[in-house]
This record gives sequence, structure tokens and C-alpha cells, in this order.
Amino acid sequence: MPLWTWFGLKEGSASTDWPLKGDDDGQQGVLGVPRYEPSKCQSQCDACAVACVTHAISFASPENEAAAPEVDWGRCIVCQRCTEVCPTGAFTESTDWALGVSERFDLKWDEAVNERIARQVVWRRRRAFGRSLHIRHIDAGSCNGCESELQALNNPFYNLHRLGIFFTPSPRFADVLLVTGPVTKAMHGPLLETWEAMPVPRWVIATGTCAVSGGVSGGNYACGNGLDGVVPVDIYLPGCPPNPAALIHALLMIVGRAEQRMRGGRIDR
Amino acid sequence: MNNCEYVSVTTDELAARAQRLLAAGGRFQGLYAWYPSASNAELRYVSTLPGQEKFSGWRVEVNGRPVPSLAAISPLLGWHEREVMEMSGIAFSGHPEPERLVTAFLPRMDRGPLEPAIATGESIAVRLPAPSLPAVSGKHVQLLPFGPVRADVVESAQFIFYYLGEGILHYHPNLFLKHRGMEKQFEGMDVGSATLVAERVTGIDSVAHAIAYAQAIEDAADCEVPARARWIRLVAAELERIYNHLHYLGHLCHTTTLKVGEAQGKLLEERAKQINGRASGSRFLRSLIWPGGVRHDLDLQAVDEGLDILMPQIDQYIGLIERTTSHLDRLISTAPLSQKLAFDQGATGPIERASGVDRDLRRDHPYAAYSALRPHVVVAQEGDAFARMRVRIGELRASVALIEKVIIEGLPDGPLSAACTPGAGVEGLGWSESPRGTILYAIHLDADGRLMRVKIKSPSFANWRVFPSTVHDSNMMDYAINEASFGLTISGCAR
Repeated sequence: MPLWTWFGLKEGSASTDWPLKGDDDGQQGVLGVPRYEPSKCQSQCDACAVACVTHAISFASPENEAAAPEVDWGRCIVCQRCTEVCPTGAFTESTDWALGVSERFDLKWDEAVNERIARQVVWRRRRAFGRSLHIRHIDAGSCNGCESELQALNNPFYNLHRLGIFFTPSPRFADVLLVTGPVTKAMHGPLLETWEAMPVPRWVIATGTCAVSGGVSGGNYACGNGLDGVVPVDIYLPGCPPNPAALIHALLMIVGRAEQRMRGGRIDR
Repeated sequence: MNNCEYVSVTTDELAARAQRLLAAGGRFQGLYAWYPSASNAELRYVSTLPGQEKFSGWRVEVNGRPVPSLAAISPLLGWHEREVMEMSGIAFSGHPEPERLVTAFLPRMDRGPLEPAIATGESIAVRLPAPSLPAVSGKHVQLLPFGPVRADVVESAQFIFYYLGEGILHYHPNLFLKHRGMEKQFEGMDVGSATLVAERVTGIDSVAHAIAYAQAIEDAADCEVPARARWIRLVAAELERIYNHLHYLGHLCHTTTLKVGEAQGKLLEERAKQINGRASGSRFLRSLIWPGGVRHDLDLQAVDEGLDILMPQIDQYIGLIERTTSHLDRLISTAPLSQKLAFDQGATGPIERASGVDRDLRRDHPYAAYSALRPHVVVAQEGDAFARMRVRIGELRASVALIEKVIIEGLPDGPLSAACTPGAGVEGLGWSESPRGTILYAIHLDADGRLMRVKIKSPSFANWRVFPSTVHDSNMMDYAINEASFGLTISGCAR
């Protein structure tokens, strides 16, 4: 035992100061959702929509009518295929990951919203919680990728405790329900029971693209299409999986310690 | 199709052939059904033989009659046969547990999810009963249904214990609440895009799944993957092993309440994932593998710089664990798995190697660049939790050594991928040794060159099958340690 005490003392703190200070969020080089510039789209081209397996990119009308496709980051699994197949550079790689939004439509590309509405008008929601949060996680059919990143939040690098945020075993003590997976038929019941067991006010984070929109297996014989229509969602956080920094950003949004950066499908840089 | 040689076998010959296969030291690796036409089902038994790099297999026409179960001859087929019954609607006669498994928690359907929509007649999938628990009586026996929502950030599963004081009489895991229908999800997809689905069967084995899938497609297309791509695949696969095994060691410390050991293991895992992110753009090394090669280069310099810092830390960490008697005391002799049980029930990866079954796909059936860069295969004999940890520690070191070899030699020059378009109606088999063991992908294409059947045999399906036999007659205090020592994932098992 003294072995580890000595080791621990000698090692000191391994935690990052981010997001309180500095910018070491641990995501150097990690790719996020692509950057979209519809002005670069050419007519008669649907390469991106064909390559997109989760239909995050689609044409509502035949492609010869609308040059630029509709984009819904809530369906994006960050596979980067569109950046590979796009002939004009309308989709390019980016490291954007702060995707948490409180309204689902903010994940959909909408120039009227992301061009014209002043950024300052954004955070009007009353804070339901002070500064600390207790989270109950529930896996409703994930691939274990989201769990891996959620478990990472408790490692010494992110050290979630330092932000006053804790995972709790019991839904009775939880402020936030953090749900991963597309909601498999078998997990539908346990998910509802967990949500009902929580005291109000209770918040729900749809964590990962599966929970936001169903992901790669949404809507088949075994899976639902995410949390919409199952439990009320307060924060949508797409990503496949959302990285730990994105998870922290979404959690801090709930306590009013971080601002939503995605508006009308475009991230505020 | 070069990776597997199939011979046609009739249902009457099955039992005798299975006996001969086992007598020759062979082992079944998987079983699945597919429908060459809507009215005509075919079973595929996939096996390996000692000393033979190719897999070998049997093709069995079903002809509408129940197929004799081989579960009594090779118990590891028991779960496979159940899955074929409920998913593909093919009956087996004489099965010891004719109950639902994968679909146990789904509402009743008209037919198995993988049966053709125009199949006629009532399907066995509809008649199979839900899984039953043994009748356990006795005044002091208690029943504990634990889950599916459990403490901590874990995957959903329900564990049912019958216990007496501290002693566990019987243990039954319900693992398929998060069955996602992944095999069905592949149907109708083009062979490229489906790689993205394969990466998402088990998030923490993304590379191994993608490699096995891509190799199945390459086998079907008869496509030669360029050397540079094969080397990059090896590096990615070993990076995946490194972060998984570090997580394993940290989590094992968690179960023995070695707090600093847990923190350090998970910190090193984080550093390994950050290396992945810098080298490939994805902490899980996704968006890299593609049929025919790889999608982009791997930043080997980022790997080199990262490992230079990480390796001494890993060495120091392992050194500390190996000297911590309080930790080792909880592992030594805990939940032993005998070699016979491991072999018969189909244990795979580090679990079988910790029980003295010396088998590793990277060495015995080389793929990617493993024929040029031979991995050091670590084997232990005791089969207890301690042996399972030692095997993973050995593999961790071997993985770093392999990557260092690549860094010293440098990646071969040349293209990153070759054209890989399989023809219509072809099939292929691919495999990889994931951090958890054997992954198999068998693929069949339809007349348009799209996927019509994809079978995924994942390592956790095999190891979860074995695991309960180490829990019966053990005690509650050891359960969490035992489970952690197996390093299982539920998403891979349930698919």
C-alpha cells in the first residue's frame, strides 16, 4: 500500500485545467463534424448524400432543383465520408465537437438562423440548477463507444469531480439522466422506469448520435430512433461518440456554465 | 473466396464429421444460416484445424427438416444453434436448451428477423420459449436480479444470482437487452459504406471489426491489399489493443479497490486514446479501414512520440501492480477456468490463452502484416483471474514492441488502397484477433453486388458463454473481480 501512496504523491495532479483555464481539452487532432459551405455546392451532384449512411445529408427535392443538400448534424456519425467524396470542398474536415444544443432544430443547417440571428440573444433559459450536478447514466443500446468516453470523464485527466459533477448510482439522487444508444425495444421499459424514479427538476441529455436520432441501427426491428418521443430531452449531443470535452461542455450547459455554440447547424467559432 | 474451404455435408453425416474434426484437434469457430433463395436455407459451419492457415467449413443444405444438434459433441455450438433457430428459423433436433437467446427480450414476431419475408409455414422462431431459470428451492436461498440499470457507467445487462449467504449457487446473465439487429442492418448496403456499420458493432473494438469485415470483402473480391495499408492496419489494431488492455488493468484495480492503481490505469488509457486521436483523427481509430486498404495515412510520428512517453509509464505501472500483494491476493486462484472448459465452451482471446489454449489468429492465421511482423503470443496455464491479467500484461508489452518495430523499419512505400469490388453473388470470410479474441465476418452478396447476409461472430459472444461456469459455486465478493478479469463487452455479445 505505501507503494501506491508514494507513487500517487510523487505523480501529483494529472488533471487538465480546461475548461476553467487554458485550452488543453485533450482533443488534439480529433476530427468532429465536417465544415459545411453550401455556396460551394454544384448542381447535379449528390455524392455526399449517397455516401452518408445515416442520411445526415439529404436532398428533400430532386438534386437538380436544389444545389445544396439539407444537413442534420443530429444524424452525423462523423465518419468523414462526405469530406472524401465531395468534389468541390463544400464539406471539409474540422475539429468541431461542441455540439450540445437545447433545441433539436439547432442541429439542422439553416442559414436564416445561423447567419442573421445575433449570437448574443442566445442564453435565456432559467438555470434549473446551481453549480453542481449528479448524473445517472443509462445505456439504451450503445456500441460501448459512448460508455468508453463517459468512463473517461472520471479518469484523472478530465477529473469530472473538480467541476462539481458526479455520477450517482441511484436515479433518486440524480439531476440529469444521460442516455446513450438508439433505445432498443428491451431497454425502453427500464429507461422509462429510471426517468420516472428521478426527482424533478430532471434533465435529460441525449448522448451520442444514436440517442439523438437512432444512429446506424435506428428504426430496425430491434431499435427505436433515439429519445424523441420516449422521454423529454433537454440537451441533444450528437457525436459518434461525443468526446469527453463535448460531454463536459454539454453538462456545463445545464448549469449555465457554458453556452450553446451550435446554432442553425453552424458552430460559433 | 480463398480464406475458407467449404465442403458439402449432409445432415446425416454431421455428428460423425464433428467427432472426426474434434479428434483431429480442430475446433468450431462459428455457425450461421443464410438463404441462397427464399425457399432454400443453408447452414455454414466454420472451423479451424491445427497447422492450417485457411479456415475450413461445411455447407449443409437444410431441406426443411430439423438438423441434428451438435451441442452435445461441441458445447460451444449451443448458443450458435439457438441463435440460428430464433434468427433464421431453422430447427435443430435434440438441442439441450431449445430457448430464445438473442431475441429473448423482443416482442414476438411472425418469423425470425433473418428469414426471408416470403417464407411460408410457421417458423421455429415463433415457437421457441423464453429462456427459463432453473427451479431452485430451499429456505435460505435468495434470488437477486441485478440490473439492467446498474451502478456506475456500465453497459445494460441483468445478472440473476441465486445465492446462499455469500455463496453463489447459480448465475444467469441476461445479455441481450441491447440487441440492436446489427447483422440485419448490413442487408442491402453497399460493401464500402457497411464498413462504417462494422466499426460500430463494438465501439471499443472498432478496428478489429473493420479489419475482419474488410478482409471478408477482400476475400470475396479476390483483392490484394497493398503492403502499406496492411502495415497501417497492424499498427491501428495494436494501438486498439494497448488502450483496451490499459483500461482493463485500471478496471481490474477498481474491483480490488486499488484506487491509485485504477486512476493510473485509466489515465494511461486516456493518454493512449489521445495518441490515437493525434495519429488518426479518432480516439477509437475509426474512419481508417476500408475494403481494399485504408482511407488515409496514419501519423506514425505522433504514435512514436506518444509511445516514447507512454511506454516508461506503462512499465512503471505494471511493475507496481505486480508488486501489490493486496491486489494479487484477490486474483490468484479466483474463478479458475480449466483448459478443457475453455476449449469446449469456446473461450477466445486472452481468456483461452490464460487457460493454456495456445491460439492466436495473428500467428496461426496471419492477416494484415502479421506474417511479416510476428506477434509474441502470451500463454498462461492456471486459468485464474491472475493468469488472465498476466496474459493481458504480456500482450500489452508485445503490442508496444510490435509498433516499435514498425516505427524502426518504417512503413512500406506504395498506395494506400487497391480497387476492391466484389462481383455479384460471391461470398467471403474474414477474421481478426481483437483485444478480446476472435472476430469472424462471413459475407454473402446478392445479384446486384450488395450485401445480403453478414454474419458477425464476436469474441464477447464466445466469452460470455464461458463466463457463468466460473461464477457458479464461487462467492459474491469475487464476482466483480471475476467479471473484470474477463474483460467482456455486452454490445459485442448482443450485437
